[in-house]
Amino acid sequence: MSPSRATLHDSAMPGNFDSASTCNRKPFHYMNSRRLPTGGLAAPPPPSYSRGPMTLGPPSSAFRHRHLLGIEGFSPEEITLLLDTAEGHVEPNRQADKKRSLMRGRTIINLFFENSTRTRTSFELAGKRLGADVINMSVSGSSIKKGETMIDTAMTLNAMHPDVLVVRHHESGAVQLLSEKVDCAVINAGDGSHEHPTQALLDALTIRRRKGRLQGLVVAICGDILHSRVARSNIHLLSIMGARVRVVAPRTLLPAEIERLGVEVFHDMRQGLKDADIVMMLRLQTERMHGSFVPSTREYFHFFGLDYEKLAAAKPDALIMHPGPMNRGVEIDSEVADDIDRSVIRQQVEMGVAVRMACLELLARDLGNGPPLP
Amino acid sequence: MSEAILFRNARLFDPASGRDEAGALLAIDGKIAAIGARLEAPADARIIDCRGKCLAPGLVDMRVQLREPGAEHMENMVSASHAAAAGGVTTMVALPNTDPPIDELALVDFVARRARAIGIVNIHTYAAVTKGLGGRELTEMGLLAEAGALGFTDATRAVADPLVMRRALSYARTFDLLLVQHPEEPSLAAGGAATEGEMATRLGLPGITPVAEVMMIERDLRLVEITGARYHAAHVSTAAAIDAIRGAKARRLPVTCDTAPPYFSLNETAIGDYRTFAKLSPPLRSEADRQAVVAGLADGTIDAIASDHAPHDQESKRLPFTSAAAGIVGLETLLPLSLALYHNGHLPLLKVLRALSCAPADILRLPGGRLATGAPADLVIFDLDRPWRIEEERLRSKSKNTPFDKRPVQGGAVMTVVGGRVVFEGGG
Repeated sequence: MSPSRATLHDSAMPGNFDSASTCNRKPFHYMNSRRLPTGGLAAPPPPSYSRGPMTLGPPSSAFRHRHLLGIEGFSPEEITLLLDTAEGHVEPNRQADKKRSLMRGRTIINLFFENSTRTRTSFELAGKRLGADVINMSVSGSSIKKGETMIDTAMTLNAMHPDVLVVRHHESGAVQLLSEKVDCAVINAGDGSHEHPTQALLDALTIRRRKGRLQGLVVAICGDILHSRVARSNIHLLSIMGARVRVVAPRTLLPAEIERLGVEVFHDMRQGLKDADIVMMLRLQTERMHGSFVPSTREYFHFFGLDYEKLAAAKPDALIMHPGPMNRGVEIDSEVADDIDRSVIRQQVEMGVAVRMACLELLARDLGNGPPLP
Repeated sequence: MSEAILFRNARLFDPASGRDEAGALLAIDGKIAAIGARLEAPADARIIDCRGKCLAPGLVDMRVQLREPGAEHMENMVSASHAAAAGGVTTMVALPNTDPPIDELALVDFVARRARAIGIVNIHTYAAVTKGLGGRELTEMGLLAEAGALGFTDATRAVADPLVMRRALSYARTFDLLLVQHPEEPSLAAGGAATEGEMATRLGLPGITPVAEVMMIERDLRLVEITGARYHAAHVSTAAAIDAIRGAKARRLPVTCDTAPPYFSLNETAIGDYRTFAKLSPPLRSEADRQAVVAGLADGTIDAIASDHAPHDQESKRLPFTSAAAGIVGLETLLPLSLALYHNGHLPLLKVLRALSCAPADILRLPGGRLATGAPADLVIFDLDRPWRIEEERLRSKSKNTPFDKRPVQGGAVMTVVGGRVVFEGGG
């Protein structure tokens, strides 16, 4: 075990919230916490005083965030709570009657500054199945072209009293900036190359359902790490939960000092996949690339595309994941992607709805009626 | 203007001569008439009791963006002049990246005319190296210099093409002109928003390798070697670049450089939480680079400290980090932030003042920057020790984009005198 691994485990120690935020040399938080418990979460939370009728499920005191902007800074308990809550939505989502009323009367706006079909649909379904009213707004075409700034768009929507804004933006940090200007809860549905927290949560739920745990698993994240918000959120989440994370990529697709995030770095698929429990492939994000990061997709597939030959280095029961949409024949061989024994790519999509329901539910649970606008 | 002022009971600092003593200074008709331990004032002289405070040459800020003409809603020459006066800056040199850019005689004249009309602090200007700052065709450097351009620079853009740079340097050498470079290899910096490293990686921001700076400087030094032109590297911020300049000076090349307060006051962690007010060009660097900047100032490799004043309105900064404009206002924070170098024991006070006055004046071949009889009476009286906090809402600049809001500092200007006239009084 390398020294960085030891650090990682310290930080992933359950309940060690304070050290988790400092030993990563991280001088700031991405999470706007409303009432973070001052003493950390080291001790089990004291029994809460009765505040009305008992509610089923975990006490809401365990999730104290106003927004969901990123995984970095979360405690293992908070992630576990999110996953457990999502687990509760999986079975109902498979029934004919999927509608629940946990968010009846709430308004959710999906505000997408970047095109998306999958994530937006997933959030839309999640909101509707919880009984909320859901509006979709794609801003890439309309207001921005008229010269309105992102902040102005957000303020306009804010004045309509939504309860949750689900925001995707092509620039890192944009969702956090927006969250500072609005009264409602904000969920980051992907900001630039920074974070995509619900993707990491749905990946974790998928893994946990198949492997029964996250702790101790060897997870190889392969491909375009440089441009990937999915990779960053997964690195944070899996590290916090005690998994061993590797990244495998050509050097041109790795951000500088990525090892400081507590991962092992490989440049060869066979070495990187050796004895891995999970092989997580990333999409080659050509739309974010300025200039040539790899000479050709043919060469990329030859060295870094996942086929059965490279997969042979991983454990025989290793799972194959991909956040989608896939570039078949670029980062993943079609046969591997469709292997019903190994590939859990479609389960990931299914878990996405459950995870997003959990996020919406937990954030909405604490929503009071905000102060009136001036 | 025929006026005499006697500043007495001052602690006189003159970095040019090394003077550091109690005494008095007499200014007559805008020039320094006498300096001494005790001076007799003419009968009609105004007498200012400095009460033991420091009197030094006014600051010469060799890198300021005035935004006039073209972006007067961010700053104009009047608001910048007030900001300069409040910061103890008596001379500022404007970058030519206005709209239109200062690449023609008429525009150099325009700046000179406006400066005379405003008459608060001395305003000079650089002219562009290339027409329209386009990096291709040289401007009429000879004529522009005759009209008053103090030097040539494409402002916040590097002259990227090596052949264009070579010709610019050769041509500049013909007339003994100064070339000021924004030292950053543009293709390595394209699209970048922060220095490559853990910070940028965590924030998911496109990184710029710090090597972009030293690469451009090393290339330029080769061209300086074959052309012999006077070359000045602006806002150096990395250990490697400072080393390169240290080596060039040892080889006696006609090379100088400056840095700006953020590069010795902050490191890259200041951009945490996507603080666009800490977005700069070049970007804030690692702690090791910050320390190298301090060391470069201490050993004299870095000649000057300039504010690199870059006013931007809210709309340019209230954006996602990558889209936000780079740069901070600096005229009013230049002196207190630089004094921290003295208070923290890194530099003797005279050396700090040298970097702020006589060193830039000498690079630009301006007469000021020193306390000497016959020199312009451009002076700053400052309190060396008074603790206070920088507050953005109190800045006189039209734009308030500073990462130093609420920062505790020590010392600042209490009076500024330009050409023997008091242009700022307060703060004391």
